[in-house]
Amino acid sequence: MMNATRTWVKALPFSGRVGLSLVLLWLFLAVFGPLLAPYDPGAFVAHDVFAGFTAAHPLGSDYLGRDVLSRLLSGARYSVGLALAAALVASTTGTALALITAVSPRWVDEGISRFVDTLISIPSKILSLVLVAVVGSSLPLLLLVASITYFPGAFRIARSLAVNLAQMDYVQVARCRGEGAVYIALREILPNMIHPMLADFGLRFVFIVLLLSGLSFLGLGVQPPDADLGSLVRENISGLGEAAPAILVPAIAIATLTVGVNLLIDSLPGRGRRMAGKE
Amino acid sequence: MAGPATRGLLATALPLIVKRIASGLLTLLLVSLVVFFIAQLLPGDMAQELLGQAATADAVAALREKFGLDQPAPERYVRWLLGMLTGDPGYSMVANMPVADVIAARLPNSLLLAALAALVSVPVALTIGILSAMHRDTRLDRGLNVATLSMVALPEFLVATLAVLIFSVQLRWLPSIALVPADASPWLILRALAMPVLSLAVIVIAQMARMTRAAIIQQLNQAYVEMALLKGIKPARVVLTHVLPNAIGPIVNAMVLSLSYLLGGAVIVETIFNYPGLASLMVNAVTSRDMPLLQACAMIFCTAYLLLALIADTAAILANPRLRNR
Repeated sequence: MMNATRTWVKALPFSGRVGLSLVLLWLFLAVFGPLLAPYDPGAFVAHDVFAGFTAAHPLGSDYLGRDVLSRLLSGARYSVGLALAAALVASTTGTALALITAVSPRWVDEGISRFVDTLISIPSKILSLVLVAVVGSSLPLLLLVASITYFPGAFRIARSLAVNLAQMDYVQVARCRGEGAVYIALREILPNMIHPMLADFGLRFVFIVLLLSGLSFLGLGVQPPDADLGSLVRENISGLGEAAPAILVPAIAIATLTVGVNLLIDSLPGRGRRMAGKE
Repeated sequence: MAGPATRGLLATALPLIVKRIASGLLTLLLVSLVVFFIAQLLPGDMAQELLGQAATADAVAALREKFGLDQPAPERYVRWLLGMLTGDPGYSMVANMPVADVIAARLPNSLLLAALAALVSVPVALTIGILSAMHRDTRLDRGLNVATLSMVALPEFLVATLAVLIFSVQLRWLPSIALVPADASPWLILRALAMPVLSLAVIVIAQMARMTRAAIIQQLNQAYVEMALLKGIKPARVVLTHVLPNAIGPIVNAMVLSLSYLLGGAVIVETIFNYPGLASLMVNAVTSRDMPLLQACAMIFCTAYLLLALIADTAAILANPRLRNR
């Protein structure tokens, strides 16, 4: 197991290894970040607002004199955790619907596909803005909004995989054996589409991190006193004129997370470059 | 080009294009249903929201009747849809004026921004795409791949804040707020728009360059390219005179599709620069829960998106001989 992992990492190109390190770093920070924070993220600890890099405050202080590093470490949990959960819901929903269409009568497939095609024809930011206006932006509802916005893409990819797999000989054999639809979907089709769907899960995660931090940046995402990385950029926007680290650091932090995942996915073996993208 | 060949092309492609337009219109109709349905989920309604909690039941009922909110949902949907089609998408509660007037003031600004961003990104993306396709799997291609791949994943507000920091705070070349007075000279307008355009272009260029590269590489894998190379024609010449004319359909397709990233990017970029466009208007409509305005904005963005997809597919139909002869 250890050896297999080592060979796998060694096979990655340099950019892939950079991506992997960034992903592992952020996962670690999302879990243990708050424990590492030097200060309480809500406490006013600095003498100065929008201070630069100092020994006491390695990443400066924010617009209220709070420690940027501590706030970043607690914000990472929201950005990574919420996006992971939403990506999981989106990918699972998309895959489940795709499996249903693969083993159901034609009209079910046409109905679901038409509905998803409609959702996918609404630009993701626009759809999420309309949804947020209606349901609001508590944490569970943000998770729901992000999942609704990005499950159609997962469904499309999963469906094209599942429809092809459903034509394979071994699936026909299983059908002739008299296996039920549930068995065929879960035992014959699903295991063979899990790898591309994992890569797609990574892309969903990137889209959702960008979507949620964008919403938070607009003041429509995570609401105070909770703050994800996008909220940190928003609340410090007045420091832009003095080039305060408080605004740049969280924005760059998001970029290292999303770029890291993108680089890792792009370098996975057997994966075409064309698939990596924003939508 | 004129003559029987052109007529033949039109005769075979036209039914396909008409079919594509019809399916686009159907999708737009379904999208309008979704947008209308989501707005119906809002607890309470416009009348309640407008009058506040303290309003008497009679006052709410009267206002409901005035806006036609007392009618069943299907009826309201049909009336809303007909209103959209005839240029009267309702009344904005927050702006206290017809939605059409609010939008008319903002739409030209957004179109100008999008047009300039497209104008900047197309040549740059085309160059990057061609370069990396020509030097496929060399160090240059890999470098450009990592660069565009990273740019695709950047949050829009990072690009915009970096632009402000560099050009407005450090170099003091450009204003950081894109407020354009009505009587400004073209030069002033361009200066004010430079940073929003730049930020939008960065977002679009990466995606466009990647899709262009893919479109050209698909052509490079064709047999006629190998033939030309075997005949001893220089690779650069093969790309410029043989591949590009054949790849023009897929390239136009890729470019138009990536322009749809302007729609999402505009939401952040217009807000950060305080630009009076349609996207920042939509964000305001979300904040104030101005549903008629929000629905109208959403439908304009969806229409723009479907229109881009339609143009992209039409380019693909016109350029693909196999589709043409079907």
